[in-house]
Amino acid sequence: MSTETINQDLETTKNNEVSWDGGSEPFKASYGKLMMWYFIMSDAFTFAGFLIAYGALRFSVPTWPEPDFVFQSFPGGLTGMPLIFVTLMTFVLIASSATMVRAVQEGQRENKKGVVFWLLMTILGGATFLGCQAWEWHTLIVKEHMTLSENPFGRHIESGTYLAGDGYDIQAGDTFEAGAYYLIHKKDGEWNQIPYKTADGEIKRQELGPPAFGSLFYFITGFHGFHVLSGLILLLIIAINAASGLYVKRKNGYEMVEKVGLYWHFVDLVWVFVFLVFYLL
Amino acid sequence: MGHVSYEEAKKTVFKGLVLLALITVAEVAIALLGKGYIISGFYLPKWLIYIAMIGLSIYKAYFIMGEFMHLKYEVKGLVSSILLPFILLVWAIVAFLWDGAWWGEKRLEYKTEFEIETQGVIDDAELEDTIELLD
Repeated sequence: MSTETINQDLETTKNNEVSWDGGSEPFKASYGKLMMWYFIMSDAFTFAGFLIAYGALRFSVPTWPEPDFVFQSFPGGLTGMPLIFVTLMTFVLIASSATMVRAVQEGQRENKKGVVFWLLMTILGGATFLGCQAWEWHTLIVKEHMTLSENPFGRHIESGTYLAGDGYDIQAGDTFEAGAYYLIHKKDGEWNQIPYKTADGEIKRQELGPPAFGSLFYFITGFHGFHVLSGLILLLIIAINAASGLYVKRKNGYEMVEKVGLYWHFVDLVWVFVFLVFYLL
Repeated sequence: MGHVSYEEAKKTVFKGLVLLALITVAEVAIALLGKGYIISGFYLPKWLIYIAMIGLSIYKAYFIMGEFMHLKYEVKGLVSSILLPFILLVWAIVAFLWDGAWWGEKRLEYKTEFEIETQGVIDDAELEDTIELLD
C-alpha cells in the first residue's frame, strides 16, 4: 500500500463524497485477498464441524482408542515409538509454512528467482507431508485392517487374564488392568478376538473398538490431505506462472503468491487442530 | 508491507519456525511424560494434560494467523470480521459435547437393560475349540 493511496483514502473520507464510487479499500486489502480470507473462515467452520463431531461421538462411548497406542509405528518396520512419526510430519508442514512466508517476502521485493525457489521448497515440504500421510494410511489399512466401519483398536473396561496368545504381543496367561488397550489382529481373514477370564471368573472375548473411530480418522485426515493436495496444485501453478514472468508484468508485489500463501498457512493451521484432537487428546 | 525491514522479516520467519517446532515437541513431550512413557510410573493428571495441549495449540494457531498470515498487521475491521464469527464455535463445542455425553448415558442404560448380561460371554465348548485353533 503506497502512501499515495492512503492519502487519497483519507481525503475521500474527509470529503465523505466518493466513498461509494468504488476504488477505495476500507479494509486496505484487495478484493482477492479479502475473499481468500472469507473462504478460509468458512472452510475453518467445515473442519470445526468435523472435529466437533469427533468429540461428540467420542463422548458417547465408554472407551476410545489411545492415540499413543494407535500411532506408534515408524517406517522401517519399527514400532513402539508413540507419536514420533506424526511429530515429524507436523514439523515438515510447519517448515513448509515458513518457506511459504519467505516466498511471499521475496515477492514483495519483486525478486522472481527468490519466489520460485521458496515456492519449490514449499512444494517439496507439502509433498513430503502427503507422502507421510500415505504411509500412515497404508499402515492402518494394510497392516492393522482398520476400515470405515471396523476398528481393531479397543480398550478393556475390566481387568482379567488372557486365555490364549495372538501370535503378536499377547501371550496366554498375560494379565491386564481396566483401561489397557489392545489391537485385534486378523487371522485367515477373520478377526482373532482373544478370549480372557475376568476377575469374576467370567469368560469373554476382546471386543472390536468403537466403529466410528475408523471413519472419523479417514474422513478428517483425508479431507485435510485433500486440502494439502489442492494446495500443492495451486503452488505448482503459481510457481510456473512466477517462473514465466507473468507476475512481473502485473507489478503488484506478487499478490497471487500472497493469496495462495494464505491458503497454505490455513492448511497448516487446520493441522494444528487435527493434530490436537486425534493425536494429543 | 513495510512495517519492518527485509532482514528483520527474514529473522521473524526463522524465529517462528523454531518457536512452532519447539511448541510441537513440548506438546508431544507432555503427552508422553503425562502417560508414563518417559519416566515409568509417573503420570500427570488428565485435566492438566488437556489444558496444556489446548492452550499450546491455541497459541500455535494465534502465532500462525498473526505472523505467518499477517493478520496482526491488517485493519481492525478486517480482523474482527474474521475472528468474531468463531465465537459461535464456543456454543457448538459445548452443545455437541454435552449431547454426545448424553448419547453415551442412554447407550449405557440400553446396554444394561438388554445386552450387558450376555455380551461377549462364550461357553466352554467354544472356548476349547478356540484355544486349540490358536495353539
